[in-house]
Amino acid sequence: MARRNPLHEVAIVGAYNTRQARVLEQPETAVLLDAMRGALRSAGLSFADVDGVNVTSSVRRWNPREVVQLLGGRPCWTGVEIGIPAVMEAAFAIAAGLATSVLVATAQAAEYTERNLTAPWTRPSNEFVECWGLYTAAEFALIARRHMHLYGTKPEALAEVAATIRTHGAKNPDAVYHQPGKTVTAADVLASRMVADPFHLLDCAITSEGGAGLVLTSAERARDLGVTPIYLLGGGVDRQGMSYVGPPVWDRYGAVGGRAARLAFAQAGLGPADVDVAELYDPFSFEIIRQLEAMGFAPPGEGGDFVMDGRIAVGGELPVATNGGLLSFSHAGLAQLLQKPIAAVQQLRGELPAELTVPGATVAIASNGGAGALFCDVLLLAREPA
Amino acid sequence: MTIPLPRPTSLSRPHWDGCKEGVLRVQRCRACGQFVFIPQPICTRCQADALEWVASSGRGTVYSHTVVHRPPRPVFPAPYVVAIIELEEGWHMLSNVVDCRPEDVHVGLPVEVTFRPMSDAISLPYFRPRTPRPPAS
Repeated sequence: MARRNPLHEVAIVGAYNTRQARVLEQPETAVLLDAMRGALRSAGLSFADVDGVNVTSSVRRWNPREVVQLLGGRPCWTGVEIGIPAVMEAAFAIAAGLATSVLVATAQAAEYTERNLTAPWTRPSNEFVECWGLYTAAEFALIARRHMHLYGTKPEALAEVAATIRTHGAKNPDAVYHQPGKTVTAADVLASRMVADPFHLLDCAITSEGGAGLVLTSAERARDLGVTPIYLLGGGVDRQGMSYVGPPVWDRYGAVGGRAARLAFAQAGLGPADVDVAELYDPFSFEIIRQLEAMGFAPPGEGGDFVMDGRIAVGGELPVATNGGLLSFSHAGLAQLLQKPIAAVQQLRGELPAELTVPGATVAIASNGGAGALFCDVLLLAREPA
Repeated sequence: MTIPLPRPTSLSRPHWDGCKEGVLRVQRCRACGQFVFIPQPICTRCQADALEWVASSGRGTVYSHTVVHRPPRPVFPAPYVVAIIELEEGWHMLSNVVDCRPEDVHVGLPVEVTFRPMSDAISLPYFRPRTPRPPAS
């Protein structure tokens, strides 16, 4: 007997990003309320319909149980995960009958105030890391450098990834680095100042503020809401330890997310060739090359060749990070984790700007994390149910 | 202003005490021989309750490296080399490669540990290039 997959009984019906900016100059709670209201509006639902909550914030530290109080303290299911696992956890709760409709949202504003330091979420104070001047850019650079050593991957390939995704962002009016008419080139990336080699400034995620929210409900209920439901085909969670506590050794962690992707594809009955758009997590340019290999889009060592010649641009074979990603759209501490499935939903619903829409896209993959952080989560989404 | 220093825990104290004494200590499993770093309560390969502290040779090679130009805090004088060191015994740790030009560091560079006193309690292990020993005949 085929195993029943609870993900297949659930749909995302709302997906929303607040305004994103380098600095919003808006209280974090206001941003969070905007994320919640916007996600519900996108779902055709109201607060009264919600009986499941996973809403958090970075600075004010709103937590799901506290947010239930804002809904009058009526009994609700609450989640504990963040990012893609939060979406999967909400789906499991709905499929198990613990909740009917779940609101997942998060926001961050004014977390990054000491601008002579790197952003607070990039520099965890761990015992065997901090004293040698490590932070996220260096951790991910150590992964990239080993790949370059093993396979001869060139800085030009990394620059091509960054240029492609940043050009997507330049075309997106909602992106922090919206620059109408601008094409970011690999030469621009290579000419930007070095941060932690091989990463130039433009190879690295931006820092910004903003919020994001999603609403999930049963696939059955989703059909009656007057919105386009996006269905969950499969998912996977790969965790290989705590982030930034020890050395990111390529041999052990370089394929993180591969198992998650294989599990997600098996649940969907699909393979990499069936994916129309890839909202892959892009904290640093190289991470896209790595994920393309780990998830089976390119053979090991050939991710650098795969990203060339416009293949990952909108209009190419496998458009990646079509909203501009963490490199250009936004990187707001935690909201960017949810913004990957949100970008997938918006792409499949045809809600992104025409210039960035992948025509006829029916299947999307979204991911969170990366090898430098020892985790990588995967979600497969589609216009049609499994 | 000084760099942020590690605060030893009951688990990690033997490592940091070793650094103070000029010895690079690492855990090894008496049951399966696995070297374990960062410090853990049990063996991460066989899960045996059989870890003991042993002295590493302190010699190894650069497994991967990056030259940091934008430090997380201004107290780290950039540029500096962050590296994963593969020790002779086969385990890995993070450190800085010092006493050489950043551009001279490459994957496979032979290095050896060198300790620098940072406070009364803490000496930090850094690595510097070494002349590789000829293979044992």
